[in-house]
Amino acid sequence: MMQSRRTSSLDRFIADVGPVDQVGIEERAAKFTTRSIKKGSKLWGLKTAVSMVDLTTLEGKDTPGKIASLCQKARAPSSDPEVPSVAAVCIYPFLVKHARKLLADTSIKVASVATSFPSGQLPLKLRLQEVRQAVSDGADEVDMVINRGLFLSGELDAVQDEIAAVVEACGESTLKVILEVSELETYDNIRAASMLAMRVLRADDFIKTSTGKASGSATLANTQVMLEAIRDFYLATGTPIGMKPAGGIRTAKQALHYLVAVKETLGDAWLNNTRYRFGASALLNDLLRQIEKQKTGAYQAPYYFSEASASY
Amino acid sequence: MSVGNPKAATGKNSTGRRTQHAAQLPSRVPVAKTPKVYVGGEFIRSESGRTYPINTDDGTFFANIPQCTRKDLRNAVEAAAKAGSSWARRTPYNRAQIVYRLAEMLESRSDEMARAIAKPGASSLNDARNEVAAAVDRLIYYAGWADKFEQVLGNTNPVSGPFFNFTVVEPVGIVGVIVDDSSPLLALISQVAPVIVSGNAVVVLASETHPYPAIVLGEMLATSDLPGGVVNIITGQRKELVPTFATHTHIRGLDAVVVAAEKKELALGAADSVKRLRARSSEKEIDWFAESAQSVYEIRNFIEFKTTWHPIGA
Repeated sequence: MMQSRRTSSLDRFIADVGPVDQVGIEERAAKFTTRSIKKGSKLWGLKTAVSMVDLTTLEGKDTPGKIASLCQKARAPSSDPEVPSVAAVCIYPFLVKHARKLLADTSIKVASVATSFPSGQLPLKLRLQEVRQAVSDGADEVDMVINRGLFLSGELDAVQDEIAAVVEACGESTLKVILEVSELETYDNIRAASMLAMRVLRADDFIKTSTGKASGSATLANTQVMLEAIRDFYLATGTPIGMKPAGGIRTAKQALHYLVAVKETLGDAWLNNTRYRFGASALLNDLLRQIEKQKTGAYQAPYYFSEASASY
Repeated sequence: MSVGNPKAATGKNSTGRRTQHAAQLPSRVPVAKTPKVYVGGEFIRSESGRTYPINTDDGTFFANIPQCTRKDLRNAVEAAAKAGSSWARRTPYNRAQIVYRLAEMLESRSDEMARAIAKPGASSLNDARNEVAAAVDRLIYYAGWADKFEQVLGNTNPVSGPFFNFTVVEPVGIVGVIVDDSSPLLALISQVAPVIVSGNAVVVLASETHPYPAIVLGEMLATSDLPGGVVNIITGQRKELVPTFATHTHIRGLDAVVVAAEKKELALGAADSVKRLRARSSEKEIDWFAESAQSVYEIRNFIEFKTTWHPIGA
């Protein structure tokens, strides 16, 4: 028997775009957490992170009323005028109309998940219809999920064609492609999926780590794999693609680590909310809490910053 | 062969060669304990890695004590917040059992604790034994109050209308305790026990000059049934930590035995963050052994009263 003969199309594609050094990437990611960011630069980082938040609610029990309070929070996260508004609200397609109305007079984007979120396992025709509906309801941005089953079984052309079809269905709206990295199993696959998606994306479309519905979510390491894919793709083609880590980023400290990774991998051109986003719901509260700490010097109780205020 | 006699297998009764070998071994090196603080149910060093040395009475080195920072205090508050809500939800009867169990732990290790007080020179061994005994009694005293104080401090209020009117009690939340330097164990217990029996969680700053009994107490807390995080003990310098105790908005109350300057700092910070402050002067010695050092009114300092109107109905 021949050893290590590359037979599957996925293996060939990985060989084509280059594999990932697992130990190297994890060590690099661990280093990002060792930077000392204090005082002024910390405050800048926290505010920048606020401006990059896609304030998300993706629950079965979401109501128009809940979207209204989410939009209010998105417009003015804090009573402090120095704190910017967030980048976008990220919601289910059914609620896009409500959010659109509430955010009409702002620059805050309405992002909608679509394409049978979070599984992506619906006939393409229906998924495209969902995208068109969301866009016509007023979604500025569409977060699609790729069909991981198709990708892992090596039907790469089919995956790419689907992404291309969604790009077309988006029209003017920005597209974010969710790779659901925890279901892709390996760094090699994450890099391959990133490259596969980027080849059919437009400038300033995004690739995104996770739905937040699977067991694993964004980590510094898998985000770093994607950032390096973006860098390599940009150097090869000149097309800048944005990045959105999502799921599991809950603290301001984590957010600063992610910003360090962007700064040191892609540079200042990516340190803004047209190229970088955080998909998060709880993160904003902690960012506000830490901004208050920076300004007053006093540690803050979490219940001053959260809708669901626990009494303890 | 002397299978049944372990002494014979290793000692003088064995072969000559073995005896020679045993004689060449250095005498056993004692294993010294690294004092660590008890936070969130775990034994940790300061995040800064700093320590400060404490000496025995005759000036010889005794141990390096963690010199905790305001970040350690912040982490302790987070730990208290995590543990506090489920502690407050337990029945008063259960809290009584747990505090009683702590007294049992302290009683059964009272000799160890007495030495922990006496060796670094907080008091003589005899006085230390008395202090441990008093601390055990104090825990029992407050364990008894745990399911009774609400009957005494709460009320059914007479109102002129068809309503029941109740005043019930609730814990305030996270309470900071700054412990007196005199009678370091008894003071700690006397300050902490009345706060936790009502369902509060505490962050304790142990005595700066005599922190060692608090370190040993942490080891006993870990073996009592008290959930990790309800009592968090940190050690370190007051001048570094008092300002953070004062301003941290998540700390809802402070029980501090402090000097006048510290009291002022705590009062200013407490006013800013709207927290309750009970400050006693450390300049005038407090008799922690006295009957007056224990009272149900010590529990009252850190509870909220909630008054409820309820229609009587038909």
